[in-house]
Parts: sequence; C-alpha cells; structure tokens
Amino acid sequence: MLGALASQILQVAVALALAPLLVGWVDQCRAWLSNRRAPSILLPYRTIHKLFVKDAVVADNASPLFRLAPYVVFGAMACAAAIVPSLGTALPFGTAADTIALVGLFALARVFIALAAMDIGTAFGTLGARREMFIGFLAEPALLMVLFTASLISGSTSLPTIVDTLAHGPLGIYPSLAFAGVAFTMVSLAENARVPIDNPATHLELTMIHEAMLLEYSARHLALLEWASALKLFNYSCIGLALFVPFGVASGANALAILGAAPVLIAKLAVGGALLALIETLSAKLRIFRAPEFLATAFLLAVLAMLVKLLLGA
Amino acid sequence: MTGALPGVVAAIVGWLAIGVLCILKPHDLRVVRVLFPAGAVIAVALAGIGLAALAAAPQSMVLPLGLPDLPFHLRLDPLAAFFLLLLGSASTCISLFSSGYFRNEEGAAPGLLGLQYHVFLAAMALVLVADDAYVFMIAWETMALASYFLVTTDHRKPAIRSAGYLYLLIAHVGAIAILLCFGVLQGGRGDYTFDAMRGVTLGGIAPSLAFFLALAGFGAKAGLLPLHMWLPEAHPAAPSPVSALMSGVMLKTAIYGMLRVTFDLMHVQLWWWGVAALALGLLTALFGVIFAAVQTDMKRLLAYSSIENIGIIVAAFGLAIVFQANDKPLLAGIALTAALYHSLNHAFFKSLLFLATGSVLHATNERSLGRLGGLIHRMPWVAWLALVGTLAIAGLPPLNGFVSEWLLLQAFLFTPSLPQSFVNMLVPLAAAALVLAVALAAYVMVKFYGVVFLGRPREPALVHAHDAGGLERAALLLLALGCVLLGLIPTNVIGAIDHVNAQLLGTSVRAAGESTWWLLAPVALERSSYSPPIVLVVIVGVVLATMIVVHRVWHGRVRRAPAWDCGFPLQTPRMQDTAEGFGQPIRQVFEPFFHIERHLPSPSDTTPVYFMRASDRLWTWLYVPIARTVEVLARVVGLLQQGRIGVYLGYSFVTLIALLLFVG
Repeated sequence: MLGALASQILQVAVALALAPLLVGWVDQCRAWLSNRRAPSILLPYRTIHKLFVKDAVVADNASPLFRLAPYVVFGAMACAAAIVPSLGTALPFGTAADTIALVGLFALARVFIALAAMDIGTAFGTLGARREMFIGFLAEPALLMVLFTASLISGSTSLPTIVDTLAHGPLGIYPSLAFAGVAFTMVSLAENARVPIDNPATHLELTMIHEAMLLEYSARHLALLEWASALKLFNYSCIGLALFVPFGVASGANALAILGAAPVLIAKLAVGGALLALIETLSAKLRIFRAPEFLATAFLLAVLAMLVKLLLGA
Repeated sequence: MTGALPGVVAAIVGWLAIGVLCILKPHDLRVVRVLFPAGAVIAVALAGIGLAALAAAPQSMVLPLGLPDLPFHLRLDPLAAFFLLLLGSASTCISLFSSGYFRNEEGAAPGLLGLQYHVFLAAMALVLVADDAYVFMIAWETMALASYFLVTTDHRKPAIRSAGYLYLLIAHVGAIAILLCFGVLQGGRGDYTFDAMRGVTLGGIAPSLAFFLALAGFGAKAGLLPLHMWLPEAHPAAPSPVSALMSGVMLKTAIYGMLRVTFDLMHVQLWWWGVAALALGLLTALFGVIFAAVQTDMKRLLAYSSIENIGIIVAAFGLAIVFQANDKPLLAGIALTAALYHSLNHAFFKSLLFLATGSVLHATNERSLGRLGGLIHRMPWVAWLALVGTLAIAGLPPLNGFVSEWLLLQAFLFTPSLPQSFVNMLVPLAAAALVLAVALAAYVMVKFYGVVFLGRPREPALVHAHDAGGLERAALLLLALGCVLLGLIPTNVIGAIDHVNAQLLGTSVRAAGESTWWLLAPVALERSSYSPPIVLVVIVGVVLATMIVVHRVWHGRVRRAPAWDCGFPLQTPRMQDTAEGFGQPIRQVFEPFFHIERHLPSPSDTTPVYFMRASDRLWTWLYVPIARTVEVLARVVGLLQQGRIGVYLGYSFVTLIALLLFVG
C-alpha cells in the first residue's frame, strides 16, 4: 500500500515536471518542420516562472470565481494525472476515480475555464467560452466512447486495470482499437487546442478558441493555466500511449520497474510529440463550422469501434 | 413502523388544513409568512416517514370516504415511500423559500396561492399512497387542477392563460390514457383496487396495451416527446416556487406511475417495451437539451432542461425493462437505481435552479437572458448557491448529477450479450446518445450561469438588484447541501433505493457489489469503482495546496485595472455574447430540428431590426393539424345545433322511433 502510494505521488510529480517539457519539445519540432530556428526546449519553464514572479493584474469587475478558476483547472488536471498510468499501473487513486470520472474531471476544468472567461464580460472572452463548450460537447462523448471500447475489451472502467490487461494480457490484435485510435487522435487534437481545430500559437483574435478565454489572465493565474494546458496535453498523450502502445508500463509498485519505465515513457512521448508537430505542420486550420464535421467523424469512428467490439467481439 | 401510513394521512390532512387556514385571510401576508413554514414542518415529517417506511413491510389501510361501496384504499410500500421521501425533502425547501418569496403583487391573493399550493402538495402525497384506481384518479386530477390554478396565478395576462390552457389540455389527454390503462389492467373483473389488479393475469395484447397507455398517459405529465409541449409554456408562466415544485416533484409522480404500472401491477415485462421507452427517452433527452441551448428566457431554458432530465430517467427505466425481461435482475437493478437516483437528484438541483431564477426575477423583474448579467456581484448568495446546482446538473464530479449518470453508463457498458441481436446493437448507440445529451447539458448550463450571473450587467437597472432574503437563502442553501450530500454518499443512497429494487425486481444492488460507505462498486471492485469523498478531498486538497505553494514560493499580489480585451478602448455590456449568440453554434449544427423565423435588415433600412426565433417543428407538424381537425369536426357536429326548438324535438322523435325499432 505504501509502495503504491509512493508510485502514485511519483507519477503525479513526473507529470507536473515533464508536462512543460513536452510542450517545449512539440514547439521545437514545429519550428524545425517549418524551417524556423527553434526556441529552447526549456522555454515553457522560463515562461511559467516569469509569470509566477509578476504581479497579477485583474480586471476591475472580476468576481472571485475568476480568481478561483485557474486553481480549479490546475487541480482537476493534476487529479487527472493521478488516474492516467504513465509509468506504472499501481495507482490507488485509480480506484477512486475511473475513466468516466476522468472525463468528468476534464469537463470540470472546461466548465470552470469557460465560466471564468465569461466573468469579465468582454466580447472575446464570451466568444472563446462559447467555442470551447462547442468543441467540448462533441469531443467529450467521442473520448468517452473511445474509453468505453477499451473498457469493453478489458471488462473494467478503471484505467490502470485497462492498461494492465492491454499491456500484460495475452497479446491480441483488436480491430476495434484501430478505429478507436484514429478517433482518439482527432479528439486529442481538438481538446488540446491544436491545429486543425485551434492554433496554440495564434493571437489573431477571430480564429482563437483556447487563447481567447485566457486573454484577461496574467501572472500567476496565467502561469497556472499554461501549466494546466501543458498537463492536459501530457495526460492525453499518456492516455493515448497507455491505450494504444501500452508496452513498457510497469505493473505493480515495483520501484525498479517504475524507474525502468521512465526512459520508455520519455522515448514514447518524444516520438508522439514529434508526430503531433508533424500533423500540425501538415494540416491547415479548419473554419470553426468545419469543426463539428471533424469531431462528428471522430465520434462516429469511436461508436463504430464500440460496435465492432460488441458485434464481432474483436 | 405501524404508524407510518396514518402519519402520511395526517400529513395530507395537515396540508389541507393549512390550505384552508390560508384562505381565511387571503390578503394578509403574515399568513403566508407563518403558514408556509408550518407546511415545511409537515414536509420534513413526511420525508422522515418516507425514509423510515422504505425498509418497513408494506402496510395498507381503508378509509371510509368517497362514494358508498367505494372506500379509499391506501397503501405505503417502499416504492411509495421513496417518492414520499423525494416529495417531502424537496417541498421542505420549496415551502421555506415560498414563505419568503410570495408577495401581494403575484397576481392572485397570497392566501389563495397558499390554498392552491397546499392542496397541490396534499394531492401529490395522495397520488403516491393511493391503492385503487379511484383514489389515484381523484388525487391525480386534483394535482392537475391545483397546479393549473397555480400556473395561471397571473391570469390577467393572455399568454399565461393560454399556457395554462395548453397544460390543462395535455394533462387531460394524459389522464384519459391513464384511466384507459387502469381499465385494461382490471381485466374485466370490475374491481379497481390495485390489489385486484396485481392478481389479474393479462393475456394477448392486453399487457402491451396497458404499458403503452401508461407510457403515453404518464409521459404526458412527465413531458415525454411529443407531449412535452406544455412544459416550456407552463414553467415560465408559473411563479418560481411553483415551477420548482412542478419540475422537481410533480414530474416524478409520473415516473412513479410508470414504475407502479410496469413493475408492480403487471407481472411480465416484454423486452421491446423497454426498447421503445429507451428510444423515446433518449430522443426526448436530446430534443430537450438541444432546445434548451437556444432559449432566451431563463425559465424556458430550465423547462427544456427538465425535459432532457426526464428523458434520461425514462431511458434508464427502459433499460431496466430490457434487462428484467431478459432475466438479468442485477443489471435491471442498476438501471432502475440510476433512474430513481436521477429522479432524486433532479428534484434537488432543478428546484435549486428554479428557485434561484425566482430570486433573480424578484430582484430584477427580468426573465429574459438578454437583459441580465453580472448578478454574482449584486446577489452573491444566490449566485454561488446556483453555481452548485449548475455544476450538479452539468453532471460534474463530485456532485450528485455525476453519480446517477455514472451508474447509468455502468448499466449500459456492462451489457452482456442479450438474446436480441438488434438490442445488442442498439445499446452502444444509446450510450453514445446519452453521453451526447450529457455533454450538451454542460453547454446549456454554462450558457445559463454565464449569461445570468457572470459578465457585465446588460441593463443599467441591474445595479439596483438585491440579494435574496434570509428564508430564501436558507432554502437555497439546504438544496445546495442536498446536491453535495447526494453526491458524496452514493452507497447510502443506493442502500435506501435498494428496498425499491427488492420490491419491484427482487434484487439487491447494494448486496451484489463490493461497495463500502466511501467507495461505490456496483458490480465488482475490479470492474468499476468510484469514490466521491476521495475525489472531493483530493481536488480540494490539490487546489488548496496549489494556492498555498503559489503564495508562499512566489507571492499573492494583485492589481486591479480595466479589462484588457485585446486593448479595445471601448467596451460596453452590449459587446458580450447574448443568449442568442451563445446558442448560435447549436442552432447552426442542429438546424433541421428547429423551425426558424428570421428577419434580416436590409442595408437601406433606416431603423434596422434583426429578429430571429427558433421554435418547435412539432407544433406545426403535429399540434396545429390536430387542432384544425378538431375544429373541422366540431363544425360538422355544430350543424346539428340549429337553435330552433322544433328541430330538437325532431331529434328526440327520430331517436325514440330508432330506439323502438331496435329494442322492439
């Protein structure tokens, strides 16, 4: 039990520490792919530190909700990191919150950031909130259906158990997971405010979604939100790796196995981040009203994956 | 617990007595301030009786009232006890709120409102303990009439009168279906007690006929498609506590009726009934939430959200039938538990939100979302408590809405292969439709809360808004606490619901799983588990720890400045999203669902007007043709009415001749 708890805390700490690095890596790859000189991979850390040092500037008419929201968003993402098996599957918190609760935690963060964006009452804030909820209402069911498909294969909704089954069970090929994998990739792009749905680098007001909600934030609040969105990317990457490339994840609270899993995870994340940058470089941003088609495709693929699993048993 | 049923009767009589006391001095507000809390005390007692009677054996009673040879049969069993608990706990808070809320300017005298309100409560309680069709129909009709008069409180406005008329009409269409359903259930014996109905074994199409009559009849009261039309009209018309009572409690009496007929009065359930209920429920849920997203009136928005929640409950009910018919009692138990749990949750969070809109309405005289905004600064109590309701109804952990949706998803997810391959294929599609509805509900609730309470005031008059009074705050606080508590102790709640499972399905969900008081594991620990207390503690702990670390390691300095908004110098409240604007993406994506009237200004207009209204297609497709047909038929029948005595005497003469011919 103590070992499991230590493994739990270690994984959350690793997630908190590595998340900005992943963002830095993706940015670096993007820069290389578009023939630009890349910024330092440590830039996100420097940005977060700089923001923490600054004085927070809060709008005159902001309510306490506005100042509370960054903490809630960050807290929800940190809790989500405690459910996602990144290094090992010995996660006691995975018993308290399963995949449905994981999606619920993401939704909690989304609702809070959208409410905070509406709090100041600016045109951009409400526009961002509306678009974020709009993306969310299609992405969330698709994500849930992907997770359900994996749950059906392993007969459990607990994410550590799913990963244990997929990684250490008898090796099987699941056609349903192929559909689910495509759907999951599409959902992850949308949920993490990536091209083709959103552009993390844009500050052109009319095209942004995620950034529009953060416009009024500064200093430590912004730092927490930046860190939370890095954590979100990290969590999604780890969910994807755990479901579709589950090999190398340690089972149980064995300290050596967990330490051995760390380099595997970093290698997998490096490849995944480079692929993400490649997708982003190769695709163009969609108009906002193309987004439903994109996400509806993801949703249908995920439902198809579940149907394949249920009807063909594969 | 031998005194439980007499206790319920005493509570009903007590409410009626309070109603009579209210009408003695109809214009004296003190009467309302004192008598409504007295009604709340009775409600607390009723909730206590319900809770105690859940675990007790059923008891019945015959009251020598009513017609000769037709005494009132009453019975209190776990199913009735659960809904009495729901009625008692929700109406405690609503009565408390009402005592601070009702004023002289509501349109009707406060004393008269008090009479109608308490008769409404008493009728709902009587519906739940009725044990024969006569008492049931008397209570059901009293409930409909009392709520009709409450809806038309402000009867001087024509729009409210027509809303009330529509409600009354649909309520009676439903009542006829329920009456016919009882007619089928008594199986030709002429004995209309529920006990006799339990003893009848129906054959042929009779059980299916009874089920679909019940679905239609109770569905009309619950707001199932296509009989939902009255909800968005009646709820905005009624005073807010009445909306809360109708949406939070009265809709659940319809769910009670469905359960009573399907699982108690009939012995056999057929799987395709369940499929029909499941499909209808999910269709209703999606329909309700899509329409809620485009509403511009806060109470209409909540009314459509009630349609959505009823849809979810009926979908769970349908799933329970599918499992029960296929002899999978544990899964049926989980689905039924989800239905009952969601009924209880909905009673709490929807009452909370409707009462909050009541406070907003009194503070601002405004129901239109386009004229509200920024109320979190003026009405912090109402705003923060409404936030709890908003998060709960959006189905977010660790609040109560999440638990019932979690249970329902578990029931969907662990569907083993059913013998009907068609149903096997339907189940994942149904799960997908359910999660879509739940995700859209979050969209709707962000819109509701963000537009009403956040942002800048859209009208200058809003700066004079005041927070709710002490009694109203206490009621909202109790409901919000209920939402949190129901979310935190799911195992205890399921333990209470389990008595109903035992009665209706003969199964126990609590005993089958590996749940402990802090951990919910309905099937087995390795399959699925959820622990709300731990989730809450961890989230709160992480948030607090983050705050402390950030403030200790760095600092907590804050400067106030004008909003940034990309440096635009001119910012007016008009530049925020309106309710129409927030709903626009949904309107665009689901355009085929709506009947949209649009008026766009032309460039040469000197006084440009933009006008857009999205309304229900069913109104023009279904209701208007029916109304026209009735009108035409009425005109044909009207030809008989010549208004001359000679003609009428002629009719009598012809009738007599015809009778003589046939009888002779």
